[in-house]
Amino acid sequence: MRPFEYLSPNTRTQAISLLGSTWGSSEILAGGTDLLALMKDDILAPKRLINIKDIKDLRGVSSDPQGIRLGALTTLGDLADDESVKKNYPALAEALGEAASPQIRNLATLGGNLCQRPRCWYFRNGLGLLPIDEAGKELVSEGENRYHAILGNEGPAKFVSPSTIVPILVAYGAKIRLQGLNGKRELPLERFYVTPKKEGEREHDLRPNEMVTEVMVPAATNVKAAHYEIRQKAAFDWPLALAGVALKMRDSKVESARIVLGYVAPVPWPSPEAEKALVGQPINKETAQKAAAAALANAKPLSHNAYKVKLARVAVTRAIMKAASGGAA
Amino acid sequence: MPDYAWPDAQHRTLIGARVTRVDAPVKVSGQAKYTYDVHRPGMLYGKVLRSPYAHAKVVSIDTSAAEKMPGVKAIHIVQGPGSTIHWAGDDIVAVAAVDEPTAEDAVRAIKVKFQQLPHLVSDAEPPKGSAQEEGPLSIDAIDDMLDNQVPANQMVSTIQRDGLIKKASDEDLNMLKADGATDAVLEAIRSATLHPEASAKPPSNYQKAAAQTVGDPDKAFAEADAVSEGMYGIPVITHCCLESHGSISEWTDHEHLFTHISTQNVSGIPGQMAEPLKIPATNIRVHQDNIGGGFGSKFSPDRWGIFTAEVSRKAGGKPVRIMLERDTELKVAGARPSAYARVKVAAKNDGTLVAWQSSSWGTGGPGGGGMPPIPYVFRVPNQRQEHTAIRNNIGPARAWRAPNHPQAAVLTMCALDDLAAKLNLDPVEFFGRNLNLTQQREHTYREELSIASELMGWKQKWHPRGQNASGDTARGVGLSFHTWGGRGHASDCDLTIHPDGSVELKMGSQDLGTGTRTCILMVAADTLGIPMDAIQLQIGDTTYPPSGGSGGSTTIGGVTSSTRRASVDARDAVFAKVAPALNVQSDQLECVNGKVMVKGDSSRFLSWKEACSKLAVMPVTMRGKNPDKNKPPDLTNSGVGGVQMAEVEVDTDTGIVKVKKMVAVQDCGLVIDLKTAESQCHGALIMGISYSLFEEKVMDPVTGRMLNADMEFYRLAGLNDIPELVVHMMTGKGYDERGVIGLGEPPVISPGAAISNAVANAIGVRVPFLPLTPDRVLTALEQKAGA
Repeated sequence: MRPFEYLSPNTRTQAISLLGSTWGSSEILAGGTDLLALMKDDILAPKRLINIKDIKDLRGVSSDPQGIRLGALTTLGDLADDESVKKNYPALAEALGEAASPQIRNLATLGGNLCQRPRCWYFRNGLGLLPIDEAGKELVSEGENRYHAILGNEGPAKFVSPSTIVPILVAYGAKIRLQGLNGKRELPLERFYVTPKKEGEREHDLRPNEMVTEVMVPAATNVKAAHYEIRQKAAFDWPLALAGVALKMRDSKVESARIVLGYVAPVPWPSPEAEKALVGQPINKETAQKAAAAALANAKPLSHNAYKVKLARVAVTRAIMKAASGGAA
Repeated sequence: MPDYAWPDAQHRTLIGARVTRVDAPVKVSGQAKYTYDVHRPGMLYGKVLRSPYAHAKVVSIDTSAAEKMPGVKAIHIVQGPGSTIHWAGDDIVAVAAVDEPTAEDAVRAIKVKFQQLPHLVSDAEPPKGSAQEEGPLSIDAIDDMLDNQVPANQMVSTIQRDGLIKKASDEDLNMLKADGATDAVLEAIRSATLHPEASAKPPSNYQKAAAQTVGDPDKAFAEADAVSEGMYGIPVITHCCLESHGSISEWTDHEHLFTHISTQNVSGIPGQMAEPLKIPATNIRVHQDNIGGGFGSKFSPDRWGIFTAEVSRKAGGKPVRIMLERDTELKVAGARPSAYARVKVAAKNDGTLVAWQSSSWGTGGPGGGGMPPIPYVFRVPNQRQEHTAIRNNIGPARAWRAPNHPQAAVLTMCALDDLAAKLNLDPVEFFGRNLNLTQQREHTYREELSIASELMGWKQKWHPRGQNASGDTARGVGLSFHTWGGRGHASDCDLTIHPDGSVELKMGSQDLGTGTRTCILMVAADTLGIPMDAIQLQIGDTTYPPSGGSGGSTTIGGVTSSTRRASVDARDAVFAKVAPALNVQSDQLECVNGKVMVKGDSSRFLSWKEACSKLAVMPVTMRGKNPDKNKPPDLTNSGVGGVQMAEVEVDTDTGIVKVKKMVAVQDCGLVIDLKTAESQCHGALIMGISYSLFEEKVMDPVTGRMLNADMEFYRLAGLNDIPELVVHMMTGKGYDERGVIGLGEPPVISPGAAISNAVANAIGVRVPFLPLTPDRVLTALEQKAGA
């Protein structure tokens, strides 16, 4: 790890004023479970670390009839154990509880999870986020892409978006709040994620001098939601595919649906096609499979990841069925 | 002649009992010190510049900027300009500095120019016609073998087999010697057959070994009732030691080295360091308290062990620590060779095996590698095998727990299981019918197969292939057989009894975490009739009598034999002093329960302390040895068999495999500690589940680098992946009297085959290669659906 300057402000304004105007010069340190590993591997070498753990108002959960506010500095473990999260957003609680390991959940924060860098093994080996060799060959397309994107992979970005909790948050309709030098802004969580087109661009719409402050999730009354993750190992493993689903029912039919896939594309992948296929239908294995097929209709697997198309379909099908049968509730 | 034989069951107090390992408290409380924990006063930190390329020539090295950096204490060029690099991550320059960041900065300041060469990191089936026959060698080819760390004995046999193109000059020999050629290799070069007419072999990545034939396979196949053909394989995996390789070396004066090293081979290290460091082995002291995993990869000081000492010497003798980083550990510190084969196997309708034919290939990195012993365990009467070794740039191979056997088990047991399915036979019946082909282990296998079936509930659980599924869940069971040697290695120890009754035992062995300490103490305490905690045991240092490296499952037989002989002799020395006091001949005495008493007369005794006080002022020290022809009987033996069964559940929509239960039935002669023996089997099953489902060294074809040199994507089984494990050790009549036999290796051999067979039984189709990942399982299911 290279030497760096360490600063520990007490307020959001102080923290923001310490952030630089370009990527790479400074980084925000919260749980450190991703950042410190990237620094040890010399993938990132910020000159300045801004510890935000002393900024009290970034931490904690509060709710009202409109919804729930999740502070960016709250740990995944605390969120998973939060009574109101468990009661009102059980599918989110489940996704949180399945993330990483207990040790990591006790340190990792919500904001850090949302800003986590991709797990792509080319990126983590220092070969870049959109890796090419000296001759300009795309390493992912030519190489070992078994865990890479099957959707949204037309451009140079082939990695998959790493958060396992974002898909269900997006399905619940979460919004992310950011604060920067020019004030605050709020945007739908799915809009926070962008697909980089050039090396050096980041996969978030976070500006270098901004920080994530909180996530707002609207009330989920009468919502049937579920999170379904396909992992090789029973625990502490990155998924091969996952889906988050939130359904509103009228009588026995779907009135509206949010279906979001994870680990299939460089961004969390909401599927309007699947939602359209499901609205107005009763839920059974057949309708769920049709929605899943619609979600993956445009999938373009790389040389070694065609199996992920099948896995993603299964994840969507099972998430829908799980939501319909009461989900994690 | 004293009676060194193992006491029979009625006369043992500890041997064969279930004893908790003595080092458990210090390990679970974190007090146990590993090499990684050693911090010496004034210690410097070493870092290594490594090749980013899988195959390249070093063109130039410029260390001038690094040399000027404050805090940099020594720079040592490991592979200078002109060297050929054969794998990414290989050592180029080592640096020692006052702290890690400074050493890292120094490494970054060194400029190395490489000329990239074409690399191969695949171990896919060799293209037809690509493999070449043997041919005479050039001096360069021999130098390449040295670079590639090909073992000396393998080099000697290759040189003897292939001969040389031209006579080696003195200059050649000196160069090879400087590059690490042993005397045996140099002698082989001097006496090699010369083939001046031949030109040097063109370099090829594929080397075909001579085909082997037994009986008349063509006739046997033609006359067989059933023939099964299939493809099977097991990939390159890494050792992934949780404590990485490395050492802390310091010079106590200009010709004496003291090194802490993470090793399976404490006594064997000085002899390997002496020549490269140009000091006598007597001047090298090695110490290790605990080791965090070796699995066959830690017998040598390694090139990095040598240059750690060289860097320390350059830094004025100050302690230098170089422990490999996690990624380097996975890239360069050892890999298990892969093995793949197209197998054809035939039987009669009743299941009797008649013929085997295999065309196999695999890689052990730049050294190529040999054919696993196939067909394994079952000596099929008619056989033909051919094998092609792939030399590539994935990094060097090392012995991995039961070298070549897990590969052989997968290639053999999976092929035979497919044949059983073709014959619609229950594998227990099919394999049982062929147990006569296992020869001397037949009776053991028969007993073990029956016990394993009982413990698994095989009769209830086994269904014909693909016929135990409901919805998207398929269940299945599978089995495998294995064998191993395990005779005790050479071992010396000194047991000292002091006049105050205290006892110490010194041995230059090491405890890999297998229970070696516990077993040594059990044997000594059982023999002396005193509690285990009354004996002070010192191991892990070259100032103690030499004891062999812990590999090949040889430790338990070696250390318990030498301990038994030393304990009997020391006890008898005490008896000789005590006999007059109790007015008997010394052969009328026995040690029981802290007393030295007259056999058959419990009223005539001295306490252990009183008895030892008869030694007056001088302690008695006895040297125990193994083997020792002068002190019969032989206390160790060779040859074990084992049977394992696996039960799995497969999600046929996702291809996820879960192991639900494993049964291991194992013999190893006389079991010293039943508890640590069972632990060995538990550990082996866990390791086996891990390599069956998850482990694989993933290489990038374009850059030639290992992509999963971390513990995110180099997956190891976690707690939740481990099911019910049932272990049954064969003990008692027929086993105990064989003597002590090693156990480290055998139970890790069968899990791959047993789990693969269980998956085939569950889903009705073979998943050809390990690990059994979702993509492979889904592909097999699709092919079955399409067939």
